[in-house]
Amino acid sequence: MEKELIDFLYLICIILFIVGLKRLSHPDSAKKGNMIAGIGMGLAIVITMFYPMENESNNYAWIFGGLIIGGTIGYIAAKKIKMTKMPEMVSLFNGLGGACSMLIAAVEFYNLPEGTPMMSTQVLTIIFALFVGSIAFTGSIVAWGKLDGFLRDSLVLPAPQIINLGMLIVVLGLSAYIMFLPEMNFTLVLVLLGLSMVYGVTFVTPIGGGDMPVVISLLNSFTGIAAAGAGLIYGNQVMIVGGIIVGAAGTILTVLMCNAMNRSLFNVVIGGFSGSGKSSGSGREEVVKEASHGDTAIQLKYSNRVLIVPGYGLAVAQAQHVCHDLEKALENEGVDVKYAIHPVAGRMPGHMNVLLAEADVPYPKLLELEEANEQMPNTDMVLVIGANDVVNPSAKNDPGSPIYGMPILDVELAGTVIVLKRSMRPGYAGIQNPLFFGEKTKMLFGDAKDSLSKLKTEVGNA
Amino acid sequence: MDSIMQFIIDNIEMLYILVFAVFLGMEVISKVPTVLHTPLMSGANAISGVVVIGAIILIRNADPGNYIILIIGMLGIALATVNVIGGFAVTDRMLQMFKKKKK
Repeated sequence: MEKELIDFLYLICIILFIVGLKRLSHPDSAKKGNMIAGIGMGLAIVITMFYPMENESNNYAWIFGGLIIGGTIGYIAAKKIKMTKMPEMVSLFNGLGGACSMLIAAVEFYNLPEGTPMMSTQVLTIIFALFVGSIAFTGSIVAWGKLDGFLRDSLVLPAPQIINLGMLIVVLGLSAYIMFLPEMNFTLVLVLLGLSMVYGVTFVTPIGGGDMPVVISLLNSFTGIAAAGAGLIYGNQVMIVGGIIVGAAGTILTVLMCNAMNRSLFNVVIGGFSGSGKSSGSGREEVVKEASHGDTAIQLKYSNRVLIVPGYGLAVAQAQHVCHDLEKALENEGVDVKYAIHPVAGRMPGHMNVLLAEADVPYPKLLELEEANEQMPNTDMVLVIGANDVVNPSAKNDPGSPIYGMPILDVELAGTVIVLKRSMRPGYAGIQNPLFFGEKTKMLFGDAKDSLSKLKTEVGNA
Repeated sequence: MDSIMQFIIDNIEMLYILVFAVFLGMEVISKVPTVLHTPLMSGANAISGVVVIGAIILIRNADPGNYIILIIGMLGIALATVNVIGGFAVTDRMLQMFKKKKK
């Protein structure tokens, strides 16, 4: 009786997850959705504590120990982290979930009673959870490192496709070999675990930093699938359904992101941005025009329409508040200021929206790609703040460019383009941007926050 | 071939659940405004921490004298809990900002 009641409560948890996710996809209900999913998770944890089991020994002290340690670290990390570091944080959290699946699978292998036939769905499930969990773990750690900057893109593997294919064959072959053995060989399982972790690293390493959002979303669905795999080991519905839903939702989200860049997932994973830079037309010696703060400020003040194109540089410089101040100062002068948000600006879709929302920029001021491009010809000035690849005309007119085909913001249609940038270094995709040498373009070098606050002062003075 | 048929027959309910869950997951988020991509990813990420359940089951079944398994299990719970609590808290922070600007 008790068991059935608890199984029913698990169903409620699943419903809460689904309703939570559904609400998370609408702006008005998103906050509640997150809370609903959280309640579902809390309920699932409490239920599992009291679920009647055969030969249970409970060991509650260990469970509470883990929950308290993990909960405290997670809560503090989430509260302390800067808004700009969010994507890294999500990636790191994701890796830890994968690590948990990996640990569970390893222990369950170890726990298999003697004489368990290796050629069974049970063993297959465990190997699956072990493999996927390990990839999600190390892959997310590499993605975290790349976004955080302590792992650079320059770390290039020789012939990454061949290494990855080889790794995959070895891992699958070893899995099959373990299953064909008459009895369990735990040493080989540990070797499999190690190889899977290495595969996670070699899988993500060749993919350029600019593609990390897609990779994180993909790894997120891996973690979900690994959790579902671990759920199959125990026949636990919450884990199976919760994991699979996250896996499916993550895959869809990944595809949405790829669509935004007009590339296929295959292209992102296999091609990568690395090893590019063979872009044609970069051989010519070209000169950039440098702008001064004073001139730019006056030009801005006497414009009718100004579009701001924010990018990762805005996030790095923590310049969102200053940017909003400048926007208000210009509005006071009667200038119409809007923001043009490219779907993949920043390090994650929606990154710029989150950042600007933090600075209290009103939502109607944010234009999406198509809307912004429509307004471009009527715009007097475009301020590109720390964005690069999303305004790179190579994507439109250079078939040799690795980002060819990605929709961009056509800033060159506007009257003048001012690019705020630290230096002439190429963007995260590592490719040169002909926009900087364009006729209408002027460069305003320096830290974005610094430049914007100078501009704001000059607008006030001029 | 027989073993495959047997597997399908034995696990038919599970297969139903898997297939429906896949479709459900795809449907639930098919139409999402770009603004919500990051919070949604973060929220889904928190839910993938559901693997903590597995770690709890693992520890509850473990022999109280087997410290290796208890320690690994506790580590698993701790890692997954960071994912769950951290994930929901980060998502909440992201969404807090969307709310503020609505005034």
